[in-house]
Amino acid sequence: MVDSSQIAQVAPEPAHEEHAAYLRHHFESVEQQADAAGFAMWLFLVTEVMFFGGLFTAYLVYRNWFYAAFVAGSHQLNVFWGTLNTLVLIISSFTMAMGVWCAQTRRRSGLVLCLTLTFLLGLGFLGIKTIEYREKIEKHHVPGFHYSLQSFMDPQSEPEVYSEYHDKPLAPDMAVHTELYFSLYFLMTGMHALHMIIGIGILAFMILRARAGAYTSGHTTFVLNFGLYWHFIDIVWIYLFALLYLISRHQ
Amino acid sequence: MMEQVEHAHHIVGPGVYVVILFALLLGTGLTVWASFVDLGFWNPIIALAIATTKATLVVLYFMHVRYSSKLTMLTIGAGIFMFLTLISLTLADYISRAWGNW
Repeated sequence: MVDSSQIAQVAPEPAHEEHAAYLRHHFESVEQQADAAGFAMWLFLVTEVMFFGGLFTAYLVYRNWFYAAFVAGSHQLNVFWGTLNTLVLIISSFTMAMGVWCAQTRRRSGLVLCLTLTFLLGLGFLGIKTIEYREKIEKHHVPGFHYSLQSFMDPQSEPEVYSEYHDKPLAPDMAVHTELYFSLYFLMTGMHALHMIIGIGILAFMILRARAGAYTSGHTTFVLNFGLYWHFIDIVWIYLFALLYLISRHQ
Repeated sequence: MMEQVEHAHHIVGPGVYVVILFALLLGTGLTVWASFVDLGFWNPIIALAIATTKATLVVLYFMHVRYSSKLTMLTIGAGIFMFLTLISLTLADYISRAWGNW
């Protein structure tokens, strides 16, 4: 039987032990806190794998069904811009990894520089993506928005694409499925770009906080876990580049 | 306590990151070059193999998984397993729909 007098007699809490200011009280140690945050981040990334995995699976199934349409659609993509964007994103992953190192070794100006470079490379990626999207809009390759089959039923009307691939005209019932290719193209690259935009927003926030010395006093969890997110986006693009731009060039 | 903290997180240095950066740039060059060569059936396989190699390098070194806890590795393994299950069961369905009808 517990009554108020007993509670009042309970020994006072032991003296406050010395620990890092950022250690939450429900964790036993800084190490446990960092492990818990890292584990949670990876669980989130696994849900992201399944999210993009669904899109990749849809692409795989439809590519096998409407193979000729998907090959012809893929030939409309510009390998130069795709390659440039892959390089931009890989270098941004490198600058992000260097940012994590700067945070871990407590280099404040180095961290701000790395985060700023990552931020700018991310914007560069979106800029190049805009150039590509604009070309699709000009050619009427946006599904459900004045979509035109001319590029696929009359390939010779586009000499710059025709001279490279010599595509044969598609039959009308196959040509309509190029719209499905571009639906998946815009869905997959669009979802990827949305992740980039969110990442760039968080980077801006981190740059401001890093200038005030937020991540260079031992508490690096935020930078570390954001790095995981940024590298994950890089991996998604590595596969998008291979599947959308490269694998249909010779088919 | 100090000892624990020192053991907790292996810091990956700039040297490793630079090597991985160049490996990734090399892989990108290689996969673009391979896409210009007509290898027929092998083109998609080589493109995906190079993409997977690049992704593995990113996961192991940029994302520090090589130095991570077993719990992290198990989580990633579970994620990859679920994804492969998604792909293989879906394809098993589509491949077997016309079973016996040809």
